[in-house]
Amino acid sequence: MSTSVVSPGASSGGAPIRSLEAPGPRIGEKIIKAVLWATATLSILVTTGIVISLLLPSIGFFQQVSIWEFLTGTIWAPAFANPSYGVLPIVVGTLTVVFFAILIAVPVGLASAIYLSEYASKRVRKTIKPILEVLEGLPTVAIGLFAFNVLTPLIRELTPFLPWTGPFSIGVAGITVGLLIIPLVASVSDDAMRSVPASLREGAYAMGATKFEVAIKVVVPAAISGIIAAFVLGISRAIGETMVVLLVAGAGNPVLSFDPTKGTQTMTAYIGSTATGDISQGTITYDSIFAVGALLFLMTLAMNVLAMRLVKKYREVYD
Amino acid sequence: MSETTTPSTALPEISVSADKVTSVDTEPKNTFELRNVNVFYGDMLAVKDVSMAIPHNQITAFIGPSGCGKSTLLRSLNRMNDLIPGARVEGDVLYHGMNMYGPKVDPVQVRTVIGMVFQKPNPFPKSIYDNVAFGPRLQGRNGNLDDVVEEALRGAALWDEVKDRLKDNAYGMSGGQQQRLCIARAIAVQPDVILMDEPCSALDPVSTGRIEDLMVELKKTYTIVIVTHNMQQAARVADRTAFFTVLANDETGSRTGVLVEYAATTKIFSKPDDERTENYVSGRFG
Repeated sequence: MSTSVVSPGASSGGAPIRSLEAPGPRIGEKIIKAVLWATATLSILVTTGIVISLLLPSIGFFQQVSIWEFLTGTIWAPAFANPSYGVLPIVVGTLTVVFFAILIAVPVGLASAIYLSEYASKRVRKTIKPILEVLEGLPTVAIGLFAFNVLTPLIRELTPFLPWTGPFSIGVAGITVGLLIIPLVASVSDDAMRSVPASLREGAYAMGATKFEVAIKVVVPAAISGIIAAFVLGISRAIGETMVVLLVAGAGNPVLSFDPTKGTQTMTAYIGSTATGDISQGTITYDSIFAVGALLFLMTLAMNVLAMRLVKKYREVYD
Repeated sequence: MSETTTPSTALPEISVSADKVTSVDTEPKNTFELRNVNVFYGDMLAVKDVSMAIPHNQITAFIGPSGCGKSTLLRSLNRMNDLIPGARVEGDVLYHGMNMYGPKVDPVQVRTVIGMVFQKPNPFPKSIYDNVAFGPRLQGRNGNLDDVVEEALRGAALWDEVKDRLKDNAYGMSGGQQQRLCIARAIAVQPDVILMDEPCSALDPVSTGRIEDLMVELKKTYTIVIVTHNMQQAARVADRTAFFTVLANDETGSRTGVLVEYAATTKIFSKPDDERTENYVSGRFG
């Protein structure tokens, strides 16, 4: 008598004994696994593609201009008859935008997040949060126009003691970008703070902490990794923002200057204003776009690495 | 005078005992006096008409089935209920004769005097040291808090286990250690009362035993009120025990907690006056 477990048959009195082997090859499962693998790989491929497409023309560029000259030169004049490729003026332009954007967006965004997460009633939060998320998606060209038409004159009016010249200002561009990223910083920080367990808040209240002390000494430190992530997202957007900067700071010839009242170019504004139809491939100007793009990529990468270090150092782990 | 207070017999003369707070008396002083206390969440009456006196430097346990309002009542003793929108307390909650819900009373100040330890250990995600120093720092004590931290950790019978790793994150400790850290944290504020809301329900029996020993030690200095699901725990540590039950109204779906019986723990567990108490402590109900 066979006692093999895989042989179908009838057990004594119970349900019939069934085979333990797979009924078929389960092809569907294999296909799904392959499709999911392909989609996951796609983003890696795209990123790699971007890096390569930035690097190849950059190599061409650096065969004609030394890296040293590029990184330390103080005159950026690629279109001139006697061209100069010192990238510092437009790097300073970008950093100025980032500086003013951080100055505006970090305190205001964090304060909004504390309000939303710790102070606002359910009803207020339910109203404000979707509005914030809509603001995040506003086309930046519209915000740029608003800033050029309304914000620039307003800021000039309020600060007559500053040496304003011309219609453009890199400082106002930075402030505008700051306003632009407040919703992002606020919304992501708010999510991070709301994921802090209520039991931690209760613990602090039970020791006689005020609402503000609970927010500042317990909730913000516990949510710090999410809050830093919000800042990084915001700063990345500030570095990459092109349209607002083109409209508000102008696309004029950049000069190495730390004066926020003057118009100048940023790295993205240079790329945006140069990469137009009348530029021919293979020229050094064409290649310079990619060199600036590669530098931009490296700067963002460095900032992300720095942020990850910060998060690791200051993260408060709870479970 | 009867030691039993049932809601239905909470006659005005029972609250005469509140006057003992001011009178010179040989009986133990009361830390809390509750007179006809109702606690609401919005329109829902969560706890109905509780009158009782909680004596100084003793352990008082609140027991009863889920939903009987014992935690709700506990939270009204340090105004933690204020944090819940719509929560409201009626009647008198007196702390050493002072109305805890009086217009000039500051809930933040109340909680520095009446501390609380919660069901699940909730240390802050900071170092052991910073957890204990948190309260003193809130009170503006900066500078060197080593002595304060050591004293509080010794008070919570934790010092010897953690003295070499004060800078380590509190989440590296065991659950029982975390709960004793929370007790140390509460002690460091130098409160008069420690409220404990099922402090051992997330702990193993060994850790539970240590916390119970600690409670008995702590009552020399503090008044302790504990909510517990564990009747043996109440029997082991509490001097007085209050049994609550829940009255469910099937038509409105509302559930209201009421105080059934409040007496010396030995009486509650050996010869309670109320049949419902006897059924509960003997395990026939709840």
